[in-house]
Amino acid sequence: MSMSFFIHLFSAHKRFTELLTKDEKDLPNNRVPMERILTLPELKSNPFRKRICNVFSTSEYKDGGLTFEDFLDLLSAFSDSATLEIKSHYAFRIFDFDDDGTLDCGDLEKLVNCLTGETDDTRLTPEEMRQLINNILEESDIDKDGTVNLSEFQHVISRSPDFVSSFKIVL
Amino acid sequence: MAMLIATWKHCVYVFATGLEDEVDTFQEEHERERHRGKRRDGERAKKKKRGNGEGRKRASRAGREEEKLQARREKKGRRKKSSSDQQAEGREGDEADQPTTKSSKAAKTRKNVKNEKTRKVEKEEKEDEADDEERNRKRKKKHGSNKKEENVEDGNTHTVKEKAGEVKKKKHKKVVETSSEKETSEEEDNEEEDSEEKEVRPETLTPEELETLKEAVDERKKLIQGLRGKPWAMKKKLVTLRESQEFVEKYEGALGKGKGRKLYAYKIMMTKKWMKFKRDFENFKTACIPWEMKIKEIESHFGSSVASYFIFLRWMYGINMILFCLTFGLVMVPEALMGRPYGTIPRKTVPRAEAPSAMDFAVLWDFGGYAQYSVLFYGYYNNQRAIGWLKFRMPLSYFLVGVGTVAYSYMVVIRTMARNANESGVGDDNSFNFSWKMFTSWDYLIGNPETADNKFASITTIFKEAILEEQESRKDDNIHLTRFLRVLANFLVLCCLAGSGYLIYFVVRRSQKFALDGLENHTWWERNEVNMVMSLLGMFCPMLFDVISALENYHPRVALQWQLGRIFALFLGNLYTFIIALMDEINLKREEENIVKFNITTWEASLYNISASENSTSPPVTIQPADVPRGPCWETMVGQEFVRLIISDTMTTYITLLIGDFLRAVLVRFLNYCWCWDLEAGFPSYSEFDVSGNVLGLIFNQGMIWMGAFYAPCLPALNLLRLHVSMVFKASGSNNFYMAMLLVILFLSTLPAIYTIVTIPPSFDCGPFSGKKRMFDVIQETLESDFPAWFSKVFSSASNPGLVLPFILLMVLAIYYLQSTSKSYKEANVDLKKKLQTQNEENKKKNKLAALKAQMDLEEARKAASPSAEHQKNNNASPDQEADEEEDRDRSQRMYRSKNRRSPPPHRHDGQLPATRAPVPRNYPHGNQGFAGYLPSFPRENEARMHRVPSLQRH
Repeated sequence: MSMSFFIHLFSAHKRFTELLTKDEKDLPNNRVPMERILTLPELKSNPFRKRICNVFSTSEYKDGGLTFEDFLDLLSAFSDSATLEIKSHYAFRIFDFDDDGTLDCGDLEKLVNCLTGETDDTRLTPEEMRQLINNILEESDIDKDGTVNLSEFQHVISRSPDFVSSFKIVL
Repeated sequence: MAMLIATWKHCVYVFATGLEDEVDTFQEEHERERHRGKRRDGERAKKKKRGNGEGRKRASRAGREEEKLQARREKKGRRKKSSSDQQAEGREGDEADQPTTKSSKAAKTRKNVKNEKTRKVEKEEKEDEADDEERNRKRKKKHGSNKKEENVEDGNTHTVKEKAGEVKKKKHKKVVETSSEKETSEEEDNEEEDSEEKEVRPETLTPEELETLKEAVDERKKLIQGLRGKPWAMKKKLVTLRESQEFVEKYEGALGKGKGRKLYAYKIMMTKKWMKFKRDFENFKTACIPWEMKIKEIESHFGSSVASYFIFLRWMYGINMILFCLTFGLVMVPEALMGRPYGTIPRKTVPRAEAPSAMDFAVLWDFGGYAQYSVLFYGYYNNQRAIGWLKFRMPLSYFLVGVGTVAYSYMVVIRTMARNANESGVGDDNSFNFSWKMFTSWDYLIGNPETADNKFASITTIFKEAILEEQESRKDDNIHLTRFLRVLANFLVLCCLAGSGYLIYFVVRRSQKFALDGLENHTWWERNEVNMVMSLLGMFCPMLFDVISALENYHPRVALQWQLGRIFALFLGNLYTFIIALMDEINLKREEENIVKFNITTWEASLYNISASENSTSPPVTIQPADVPRGPCWETMVGQEFVRLIISDTMTTYITLLIGDFLRAVLVRFLNYCWCWDLEAGFPSYSEFDVSGNVLGLIFNQGMIWMGAFYAPCLPALNLLRLHVSMVFKASGSNNFYMAMLLVILFLSTLPAIYTIVTIPPSFDCGPFSGKKRMFDVIQETLESDFPAWFSKVFSSASNPGLVLPFILLMVLAIYYLQSTSKSYKEANVDLKKKLQTQNEENKKKNKLAALKAQMDLEEARKAASPSAEHQKNNNASPDQEADEEEDRDRSQRMYRSKNRRSPPPHRHDGQLPATRAPVPRNYPHGNQGFAGYLPSFPRENEARMHRVPSLQRH
């Protein structure tokens, strides 16, 4: 294996162990709770941070806690070398707020709210929201079943010029 | 005879799959089979009691099996001897058994072990979803020992049996076909038996087996290759990878034979090494890319668009680096090392009049004095054909480097454009406008809360604008007002452009007047007027355009493009007025040159006269090169102008950066603590750099470099220094828009340079081309003197218009052809897209219809099944009750069932049908017994019967 790979791995591991408390460090294979993961500056200002943790978490309690392996999975999905397929798959899962396998109106609304920020002055009015969601469904819901499924999503994403370059997190 | 052989084989296969009852479809064996069935039931009971105990009957059965095994193990040899032998075996069956009891026991225990093994293997298999192929293979193996499977019957073995049954059927058919086929399939069976004891022996594999193995291996390889693209967790990936790699290693080696295997291992090793090397090399390459980590850092703070500016900058820097290497290595260094040293000839010496101030900083800063008479400028170079011990062709090298610079730049820009076009693909397609905004607008790299807030705001505005736009496109009102405003805005912009152009022209003319008067009499401002005016115009006009564009009410993206286009026009206009003014100056200089030329001849004549008259008395005077009168050398002047322009441009950039951004930011941040309103959010705030201004600046700068590089070889070097420090925070999508601008600028900036090279004769006393009529004559000169005669002949005939014109015509035709094909490709693309869409819709409709139909069928089936299920339950009741006491019986019955489902003996349909068929549903894991038994099993039976019929007929 090459040097730079190890450097990346070490830096990832360092960042990860910084999140652990002292007594946790001795335990093998421990899980960092979501609240502490979210304090990472790279994730701090991301509106999808909680979703990202939930998607990559393998915790059985569904609390979004990440082990080091999960953390590496996260980084690899957001790395430069991940393919469009991987990236779009995870993007879909991140946007699928209720984990039901499709993006329905509720998911899209939550997504818009995430994108426009928490403050009220940037929020869209219900009328605008309705219009926006209708437009999106009109474009990407190819089979007209009222939801966007994974293949439709990937179809849309694959043509986007700047998805791959923006779906990245660098430690 | 053939039929008998087939019958025998059939028995073998049936035993192999543990389904002896299959045999009973043959008329002659019918009775015996029944008999055996009964016997077996009894035997099962005994077995239950005695464990491994053996009775005569059981032994006979086992014996028969053992016989069969033996027969197979001994391969075809015995069978080949005589078919009558086989016949006898087949017939005798039950009787020829007694002596083999012991060995049969051994065989049985071995089989048990095997069975255990296969079951374990199967459990492992379940974890791995991706290897259906392998599973099939193992299943095939398994059905050799399938007989024991019946002892533990569950849903799993049920499916296994089904599969085995299918495979068996296939084989059965095969057997019937030809006798040679029989042999091979017999062999196959053999090996399946063998392969459980040893590893795969490639020599024993049939081509068919090899084929499936190869397929499996290929499948695994594909899996390994595509593994990186699978959205799985790392753990799963690792497990799958390891398993498939093991599989591939194990079996791929087996595919080659003997030498091939060694070669294969070697090949594998080499590919592994090569892969490792490639990966290392990739890493090395990334480590070598300058500023990669810094750009990553910037990226993680300010998002990818800011980073893309820096990537553009880096790209530009790379180009300049190469241009610099070209000029430095092939022009400047050879001249400095091998050319005549400073002070030996007039063109390499500071004139006497300028000498006292030649070292002053102000003069050097203006690139006069010693700087002017150095390798930095055109005038310093000598017209000596070959210099130094290397016989370096200096003038030729100078010319070729000048041409090469431009050619390389064209190549790089066009190549990058093509690559960008490839990457963006169908980038312009607007069909997913909203979805892209929704799904891809967040930049996950943003880690800075302030940037994130800005992003939220910008996304909101983007959404709102998009919605508004959508609404407006539906009802387009007040078109006249917007049209009027747009025309007005363009008019204003044109006025600005014309004004700035005139201003520059005016200033340049004035500076020429000043220059004639002598620079010393004027202030600093008057001397640097031209550059300052140009820089200031470049600074303020874009702001003005920004204000004007507010009138137009364009969509932001369109507005940005207009804005960029206008700035582009402004810069270009300024540059061209500058060049036109320069051309005027060049003409002036050339007139001056003629005067100087005349003066020099008179001066030389007078010198000659003096020396001639005093010849007898004194030695000839040696004239200092500094005293020789010389021409104005317009080339150096042009070079100087460009260098000054670049310097002043850099200065203004820094000053605006310092005042406009840095000081403002400092003031805003620190005064904010003691100010009456919020400075950060309110009026001054932090400077918002205009989006693409910086990229444009870069591009224009590059244009100036290209323009002036021929006359001032130092320009690329200067640009390197400049780019290195001008790390301004600005954003741009490095898309083809900028590259197109760069290309246009490149073209436009090479135009004047080429014009001057081609049309204006070089100065008579400076530069590498002095003494020639035109600069490009150097090529002809080289051709004539350095190449054999035939070469120049060929060259001249090749440049004859009769050849050149057809060639150009051909190129035009090729361009036309390529263009039309690309157009048709585009159309095909659109068509395909449409087709895909309609197909998608159709598929969906079809699926929905099918689902609906299936549901209806189900409903009907349920209705129909409910009475029959009742009926079946009644039938079931009795065997179920008995099952508790008589497990063996039940088991055998189930076996019956599974066999029946595959191939119900047609002739039995009369009497026993209800009894055998009744329990069928219980084999299905479905909850609803009635309908499950009803629905899927019936078609299956039909299918099975259809399979049977042809085979029966052949018998």
